[in-house]
Amino acid sequence: MSTPSFRETRPKPISSALHRHPKGRLAALLTLPMVWLVGVYILAIILMLITAFWETDPFTSKVKPGFTLKHFTSIVTVPAYLSAALRTLGIALAVTAICAVLAVPLAIYMAKIARPWQRAALAVMITLPLWAGYLVKILSVRIVFSDGGFINSVFGPLGIHSPGYGVFVTIIALVYLWFPYMAIPVYTAVSQVSNNLFDASADLGARGMRTIFTVVIPLLKPALIAGSIFTFSLSLGDYLAAKFVGGSTQMIGTIIASNINLNPPVAAAFSVVPIVIVVVYLLVVRKSGAIENI
Amino acid sequence: MLRLGRGTKITLAVITALILICTYIPLFVIVMNSFNANKVAGWPIANFSLIWWEKALTNPAMHAALLNSIVVASCATAIALLLGTLSAFALQRFKFYGRETVNLIIILPITLPGVVTGVALSNTFYQVLDPIGIKVGYMGMIIAHATFCVVMVFNNVIARLRRMNPNLEEASMDLGAGMMQTFRSVTFPQFRSAFIAGGLLAFALSFDEVYVTIFTAPPGVETLPLWFMNQMGRPNEANQVNVVATVIILLSLIPVYFSQRVSAQAANDLK
Repeated sequence: MSTPSFRETRPKPISSALHRHPKGRLAALLTLPMVWLVGVYILAIILMLITAFWETDPFTSKVKPGFTLKHFTSIVTVPAYLSAALRTLGIALAVTAICAVLAVPLAIYMAKIARPWQRAALAVMITLPLWAGYLVKILSVRIVFSDGGFINSVFGPLGIHSPGYGVFVTIIALVYLWFPYMAIPVYTAVSQVSNNLFDASADLGARGMRTIFTVVIPLLKPALIAGSIFTFSLSLGDYLAAKFVGGSTQMIGTIIASNINLNPPVAAAFSVVPIVIVVVYLLVVRKSGAIENI
Repeated sequence: MLRLGRGTKITLAVITALILICTYIPLFVIVMNSFNANKVAGWPIANFSLIWWEKALTNPAMHAALLNSIVVASCATAIALLLGTLSAFALQRFKFYGRETVNLIIILPITLPGVVTGVALSNTFYQVLDPIGIKVGYMGMIIAHATFCVVMVFNNVIARLRRMNPNLEEASMDLGAGMMQTFRSVTFPQFRSAFIAGGLLAFALSFDEVYVTIFTAPPGVETLPLWFMNQMGRPNEANQVNVVATVIILLSLIPVYFSQRVSAQAANDLK
């Protein structure tokens, strides 16, 4: 044993003080992050909520403080706004449902049927598109579905044609963008399902499909919810997919973006729609423990 | 093992194969189109050429945008590493009143749509701070990026902290090491790989972010995604974006490689 040096035995007033006072340690850790997140982010959200009640001078386009509910009521009274809001909700639900339906068989194959080397390769192949770039993927969907694009030239002779840019291709683009966010948590959850459960299920006479539906899928619920938070929320706010592959499709984001300079209070009021939907969704699923999995 | 009938197994394999084919065909089409001599991307490619590679790689606007992206992502990552690690320690080591709220505040910037974050910050910068004489400019964009990057570091670090053995720190303190020394030589080495992985994810997230950037970038400043988006709206130069897209697809191998290494290491740690 070496003799302790002077440096090591010197009293450490800050260390000992912090060690004695857990509250001080907690404050030291939390102050900076909370000042930043509350001071920058939460404050910005609150200011935006306030702006939603302000008015825009029709002549100067300047925003002035006031109190009006007309921007909120316009969401339901202006037909173009209401249909965009409902369309966006529908698209987000469709994207989430398609991602979930595709993720479950993929995850079961990857985690329980594929050989270990295949599993590693599949994991890489599923994560790679996650980093391949948001606009890159929108652009690639645009080229594939364009008039002179892949679908028309490869499947055209078979009589299958690209549906053309619109709501349908917007949904496809969004599924393409967000699928890894669903696939990865679901895959992780399937890998954690014990093989004993499959044996037990089989011993009790359930066949493969029955086991999948009655044993596996119920266990995947938290992962499906965690994945859906991303697919749903990201789709709700998206408008560049609609801009580049949606033809004339308008989404909530389209309205926010087109009003941000001319009429900021309308943009602010519309931003409240996805906030409310996402926060309600988070509160509903909070009990499932899915938020801890994000 | 899952006892499945042959039919079920084949069905699952076919679905998996179809998903992968549908995932990679669009990326393949883009990569091939970067060599398309035409102005407009399409399929099949009649004439191959490197003209768009030359145009894109020598484009000064693209260089400026790339530089902005690197600066913004680096600064945002540095801030996120600090804030994410601090909050991960606070939430993992302490049970306190309001813990769930703090957790929600950290994940909110990533769970709320980017357009909301963008509009909220742009509203603060241009409707509130600007009139009272505070111009955030370039810093505003970095602040915005750092805010949604915190969660990436937080998630990675907290996941590792949950698996760490607290006794090692106790032992270090008992042997006379102070808090800083214990952190430097006992605690940090244990979560270093998660710290790096979180930083890498934060960098990649910031590098790819469009929505928050659209609303918070000062006039005349483009990041790579903004340049990319503006190019997509200019059909005559459109094939330049396929070149940059190809480079981005190749670069995406880096975070995938690192995340594979990290998860392989995590699997080893658990053995």
